Amino acid sequence: MTNLVNISNLNFGYGLRPVLKGINLTVPKGSLVAIMGLSGCGKTTLLRLMGGQLRAREGVVEVAGYRLNDISQEDLYALRRRLGMLFQFGALFTDLSVFDNVAFQMREHTNLPESVIRDLTLMKLNAVGLRGVQSFMPSELSGGMARRVALARATALDPQLILYDEPFAGLDPISLGVIGQLIRRLNDVLGATSVLVTHDVQESLKIVDYVYFVSDGVIVAQGTPDQIRASSLPFVHQFVWGEVDGPLPFHYPASTLRDDLGLKGN
Amino acid sequence: MPLRTTQRSIQLVGDRTLRIVERIGAIMVFLGMILMRSGTSFRRFGLVIREVFFAGVQSLIIILVSGLFVGMVLGLQGHETLQNYGSEESVGVLVALSLVRELGPVVSALLFASRAGSAITAEIGLMKATEQLSAMEMMAVSPISRVVAPRFWGGVLSLPLLSMLFSAMGIIGGFLVAVVLIGVDDGAFWSQMQAAVDFSHDVMNGIIKSVVFGIAVSAIATFEGYEAPPTAEGVSGATTRTVVSSSLAILALDLVLTAFMLKGWN
Amino acid sequence: MERSTLNLWVGFFVLLGFFSFLMLAFKVGNLSAGGSGSSYSVVAHFDNIGQLKERAPVRSAGVLVGRVSAVSFDLAHYNAEVRLSIDSHYPFPKDTSASVLTSGILGEQYIGLDAGGDDKMLKDGDQIKLTQGAMVLERLIGQFLFNKAQEGGTTDKGGSAK
Repeated sequence: MTNLVNISNLNFGYGLRPVLKGINLTVPKGSLVAIMGLSGCGKTTLLRLMGGQLRAREGVVEVAGYRLNDISQEDLYALRRRLGMLFQFGALFTDLSVFDNVAFQMREHTNLPESVIRDLTLMKLNAVGLRGVQSFMPSELSGGMARRVALARATALDPQLILYDEPFAGLDPISLGVIGQLIRRLNDVLGATSVLVTHDVQESLKIVDYVYFVSDGVIVAQGTPDQIRASSLPFVHQFVWGEVDGPLPFHYPASTLRDDLGLKGN
Repeated sequence: MPLRTTQRSIQLVGDRTLRIVERIGAIMVFLGMILMRSGTSFRRFGLVIREVFFAGVQSLIIILVSGLFVGMVLGLQGHETLQNYGSEESVGVLVALSLVRELGPVVSALLFASRAGSAITAEIGLMKATEQLSAMEMMAVSPISRVVAPRFWGGVLSLPLLSMLFSAMGIIGGFLVAVVLIGVDDGAFWSQMQAAVDFSHDVMNGIIKSVVFGIAVSAIATFEGYEAPPTAEGVSGATTRTVVSSSLAILALDLVLTAFMLKGWN
Repeated sequence: MERSTLNLWVGFFVLLGFFSFLMLAFKVGNLSAGGSGSSYSVVAHFDNIGQLKERAPVRSAGVLVGRVSAVSFDLAHYNAEVRLSIDSHYPFPKDTSASVLTSGILGEQYIGLDAGGDDKMLKDGDQIKLTQGAMVLERLIGQFLFNKAQEGGTTDKGGSAK
């Protein structure tokens, strides 16, 4: 099995602050891989590097045979036509209807006749169960529905690689389950490869094939969902079972409370 | 000590000046980028027509009503002053020349900046804040050519039309006050106006001004939206900046253009 | 918003703008007078043009027939060379005379044309030979005072002779 995404020895930082340190990561073709970690650990940055929104200076980022470090604008756009991305809150175009949102890429990138575009768009909407809202504006949708429409839009051109940025954020438990199942199904039906960035452990462990744990810009653990659940690493254990205190302390590093309150020991 | 404060205030002036020059330069670069990526706007003119609707048609009411009022006030004031010299019939000349040369282009551009310019900035800024622009970028569609350029051209096409409407409406307002209300001779009102207003020197120069203002306001509005920090304060700040800097740009450009037009272009 | 209603509105807006352009051009401006239409230009030399400026009206019998297109100083004759652009609807005889006149007492200055009786008409580039420069107020007053003084002088003389 070949790898669609290949990242090796990646270092990245904003300004002087290093965000990612020595990342090695592969995503085999056809699999659904999750990158997990706490908010601010660098996982979204990692996703942006894969989508070419950020350029790495040290290390190698390879996606579908393209080296992204110094890719030209044309190559990047050519790559992105084979890429789908689901943004955190859907990022639907607020000035277009649901139908036009899903049809957007077909109209921009293909010369298909309007009747074909209509059929394809309705099929994509049907796949997420929302054919009935095609004439709605994004502002008229609930959060869960907007996420599903965005999913239909991301898969509109049958991409090879789908990137998900926090697909579960801010959803109710039912929508959450629906989105999870859709992600898995679309991946298998389209024969695509997916990368999922999330901090929702329980939901994603149900659907993914492989998990990378990121903490402080370093991959601290990896494995299949079963291996992760059974992991005895204190950090992973704390994360998976949602414990308040553990290797990741409840308190942000600070001087002692006694000092801050000005209580001088006597 | 006073030397230090003097030095510091001069430094402050220099700092501000440099920042303004930098900003003007950035807007120029942005304008160049828009012009280079305007192909889509002209190939799919429907995109521009849509923006003409939002920028032009929706500013129609405010432009027509303000034009009428400004013309009426000019008629009243002009008549009041001119009757001291016994030349009430010249009120038409005064109203027409001040509207066609100055007030039409300038006031309608100021109104346009606050009505349509701020809306353009807010819309693009919000699209950026909700990741719609990133989403478009990830779909291999350039936001400059798909979002920014149509709005720019919509503004550039709308403003000259609006400013001609403003002038025409103002002259009708002046006519209503001077002829219908006060009783200045109808024939003298129009014939004196026709004798004094030259098509190429007065009417065309006014239109040229409004085209230049349209380019300036649209470039500033789209620039501020595109460069807005992706937060609520960022977008609101950008909206305010659009109104302030386009107003200043309109008045400064008006001075330069008027000087050239009165002296002749050589 | 439906695409067709949107186009309808924009079309309405563009038409409205176009009509206001026509109004500015023909009702407000001078395009209907053929001002920017076809015209022929003639030259006239004046010893003094007073306050005459470019774009000043050219009238004949009070009717606007053209405009001053250029004013320059002629180094060969040391006088003012004025180029007139006259509407081709109004042909004038070759011996037409031009004078610099003032509308009202202190009004703007313009060129008045008095048609002659020649059979041949002025063509583009011709020169108007008969010209009358501006009345300069200082000279008029000076002349008036001079005449008065002379009159006074003669009556004085007359008195002493008596």
